[in-house]
Amino acid sequence: MNARVGLAAGSPDFPTAAKAALGDAQLRRNVRLATDVIRARRTLLVAEKPDWQELRTAANRIKEHTLNHLDEYLLQFEEACVRAGGKVHWAADADEANQIITGIIQSHGETEVIKVKTMTSDETQLNTALTAARITPYETDLADLIVQLGNDHPSHIVVPALHKNRAQIREIFLEKMHLDGLGHEPGDLAEAARKYLREKFLRVSIGISGANFAIAESGSVCVVESEGNARMCLTLPKVLISLIGIEKVIPRFQDLEVFLQILARSATGERMSPYSSIWTGVSADDGPQEFHVVLLDNGRTTVLADDVARQTLHCIRCGACLNACPVYRQTGGHAYGSIYSGPIGAILTPQLQSMEHSQTLPFASSLCGACYEVCPVRIKIPDVLVHLRAKVVEQGDSPLTEKIAMKAAAFALAGPARFEAAQSVVRLVQKPFVTDAVVSNLPGMLSGWSVARDLMPVPAQSFREWWKERK
Amino acid sequence: MERFVDIFEDAEIICSPSSSCVAMLREHYQHLASESRRAALADKVKQLLPRVFEFTELLVDKLGVTETGAFYPHKVTYHPSCHSLRTLCLGDKPIRLLKNVKDLKYVELPEAEQCCGFGGTFSIKNADVSAAMLADKMKTIAATGADVCAACDNSCLMHIYGGLHRKKQPIRVAHLAEILASEHS
Repeated sequence: MNARVGLAAGSPDFPTAAKAALGDAQLRRNVRLATDVIRARRTLLVAEKPDWQELRTAANRIKEHTLNHLDEYLLQFEEACVRAGGKVHWAADADEANQIITGIIQSHGETEVIKVKTMTSDETQLNTALTAARITPYETDLADLIVQLGNDHPSHIVVPALHKNRAQIREIFLEKMHLDGLGHEPGDLAEAARKYLREKFLRVSIGISGANFAIAESGSVCVVESEGNARMCLTLPKVLISLIGIEKVIPRFQDLEVFLQILARSATGERMSPYSSIWTGVSADDGPQEFHVVLLDNGRTTVLADDVARQTLHCIRCGACLNACPVYRQTGGHAYGSIYSGPIGAILTPQLQSMEHSQTLPFASSLCGACYEVCPVRIKIPDVLVHLRAKVVEQGDSPLTEKIAMKAAAFALAGPARFEAAQSVVRLVQKPFVTDAVVSNLPGMLSGWSVARDLMPVPAQSFREWWKERK
Repeated sequence: MERFVDIFEDAEIICSPSSSCVAMLREHYQHLASESRRAALADKVKQLLPRVFEFTELLVDKLGVTETGAFYPHKVTYHPSCHSLRTLCLGDKPIRLLKNVKDLKYVELPEAEQCCGFGGTFSIKNADVSAAMLADKMKTIAATGADVCAACDNSCLMHIYGGLHRKKQPIRVAHLAEILASEHS
């Protein structure tokens, strides 16, 4: 098995990429504006629900239960889906999923597909695989279309083009759609996309989707969206292929009651998503006549095997933690080097890759806890971050200077005598660094502090010494 | 943890002026103790935790004190540190205490719940992001027109002080306890 998450394995480390992002003033304005708007809407809509905390708990329990019996529910889903006329494929990793999907398209002799927004296909780099097989994928989610036409990468789980503003989007449309006289208003841009996409919806005969939920008892699949473009892809083509991560299964149809209430409120600050499409297998003379489900592992079972980190798989990809995160707010999504960005990306991306790549991501957080506060399925992201930090350290992958510093700190903090001795040493060593009663220029790995901050030196008399004297 | 238990196990009340220290005790000690697989130690930790109070918890919840008789003639804003806000859920306890200080003018901090960007080693490992978060925090502090920024966590105060001092901003930082202990000079 070769689990990969988009291009994450080859991406620069977070501090380096974040530094570049921080230098992009336009990007930071776009991210700030967009996350502020979604956050404010979410806060309003969540406040409407007196049972919000109970809903979070219910969602958490359903996910926890499902993951503890995932093998049974996946088989139940497969059986029900097949009974309803669907075909179910199992993919161990990204390459296998891409091969299965490419094979289905080729078996129909087709060279084009229309796609519903699916992060999972970005995870497997499906578009790259399809293009290599001379199949043209058309993204039909407006934001994904902007990203695709701009040869760009998604920067947000729910709002992939969040980093672009209206003027930048207009530039992309002008260049790629060859439109004369394209206006500047949101309506003008939406109309241009509508015309561009409508022709594809009516012509292309294979659709590809992801899934928000896969219902075990009925074999049904559920996709929620805002634009209606997914509904087009799910109903108009002759063949429909849904790529679904194995953690997306839920036991019962009734469980949607909980998830549909929390998802839209958390994701876009709406009471309900404008479109919730739910379908079961195939129906004669209605919708696609051939339906494939590709169930994807790609590292998910290794996450499942970890007692502490398993809750990562609760995620319903609402993106609330991204909007709430003060780190994401500064850097945007690209700095994470993964299609899964923000706090959830910081725990999901390294785990899917067996902790072999993206090792700086668990450290890309001040552990402020804003992510857990908003998480509708109660993933204790700060706990998982700390757990993964420990894994990186246990693997021996922390920097040498840090290893030495931690050893020194452990020694100095082991008893009061050692602590007092260490204080005396620092009092001496700090002398060359103190100017005007502050330290403004720290050496080595500590220099990160003094790029923007002064530090009070260790005082001549410590609290302990003052306390002793006072007695 | 063992040392902490040895020192404090007979104490009637254990008070800490640091939200993050109390959060460490409440959130992680039980977990660490159970991981150590030493039942006696785990039991001691369990006995000890209900006697641990954050400074404002001790004053307001345990002692029922919201007025300390302090005098502090300054315009003060308050930064609720992440641990005080989200782990300890101190709510308005610190602000109630501040508002009852004689001659103190309290001004609310905009976007108060945003992290100041300290985060321990985060401030060094991700120095640029941390500094950007701090810059936002300093902007909101300056916007209040306060001459003192208070908090219940010295680590955040060290961070905010570091930024304010570097930018030569005429705003001081103070731990809430310092303000509550101030008297007419």
